[in-house]
Amino acid sequence: MADPIAIAARRPVLAPHASGAARAALSAAGPAARLSLRAKPDAVGALSAALGLDLPTAPKHAARNGARHALWLGPDEWLVIDEDEADLMAALSSAGALHSAVDVSHRNAGILVTGAEAATVINSGCPLDLSLTAFPVGACARTVLSKSEVVVYRTAEDAFRVECWRSFAPYVLAVLAEAAAEA
Amino acid sequence: MLLIHCPYCGEARAELEFRAAGDAHIDRPANIAAISDEEFAEYFFLRDNPKGLIYERWRHIHGCGRFFNAVRDTVSDKFVMTYKAGQPKPDLSPAPGAAPALPADSRPVETYEATEGRAE
Repeated sequence: MADPIAIAARRPVLAPHASGAARAALSAAGPAARLSLRAKPDAVGALSAALGLDLPTAPKHAARNGARHALWLGPDEWLVIDEDEADLMAALSSAGALHSAVDVSHRNAGILVTGAEAATVINSGCPLDLSLTAFPVGACARTVLSKSEVVVYRTAEDAFRVECWRSFAPYVLAVLAEAAAEA
Repeated sequence: MLLIHCPYCGEARAELEFRAAGDAHIDRPANIAAISDEEFAEYFFLRDNPKGLIYERWRHIHGCGRFFNAVRDTVSDKFVMTYKAGQPKPDLSPAPGAAPALPADSRPVETYEATEGRAE
């Protein structure tokens, strides 16, 4: 007969938050400048020149130039992230094209999910197909993670950046940590 | 979980990301100030609630954020097709005497009335 104590193995309540298992690890992304950018198709060229990267116009695509990323969220909507905290508003102020840019640097929090099981960890609460064929490196999408809306961005085959709203961040981190502890 | 094809994202995404937004192709009367209360109520409140194909607005709210239109079967809950907002209403009504225009695998499911008869 199996030892009931062995079956009901207990983990310390804080263990998930301290885990850094090799198969999936979580870390908080550093501070970054972020923009919610809306524009019609005829302004994309001018805005791309002002930002120094080509704003993607195809679904699920992102563009990158150094520390600056532009993530396609919708047909006229992008999330621009600059990990060097460059002044994105100043860069766009001279674009000369009609657009709406809102600084959301402090509205979002970024969580980095890395490791061989990173996709599994995100898929524990997210229905998106994260296989490399459907979601290759550089792909991004706004979707849901458990009960929170997130933006998932694949930065490498085994690395994702999960952007969520600031007040949701502890919840999203806890959901991911729960899955990472079992990955 | 249903997979719903978003015409803006170009792929099928989980139902969780979507929200229904009522009937599609409801035209606002051009003479809205001139019509009677009854006519306004007819436009504003009354819907057909059909058993079978319904044309609806859906929003990919946790995705690209866009509204689009969908044709759904209210019996089987199958999404027959989706199309971008602003496009004309597709004609899916069967030709006279022809079989329904639905694909073979989208026939309405058996209903209680069909298998058990009506409750007396």
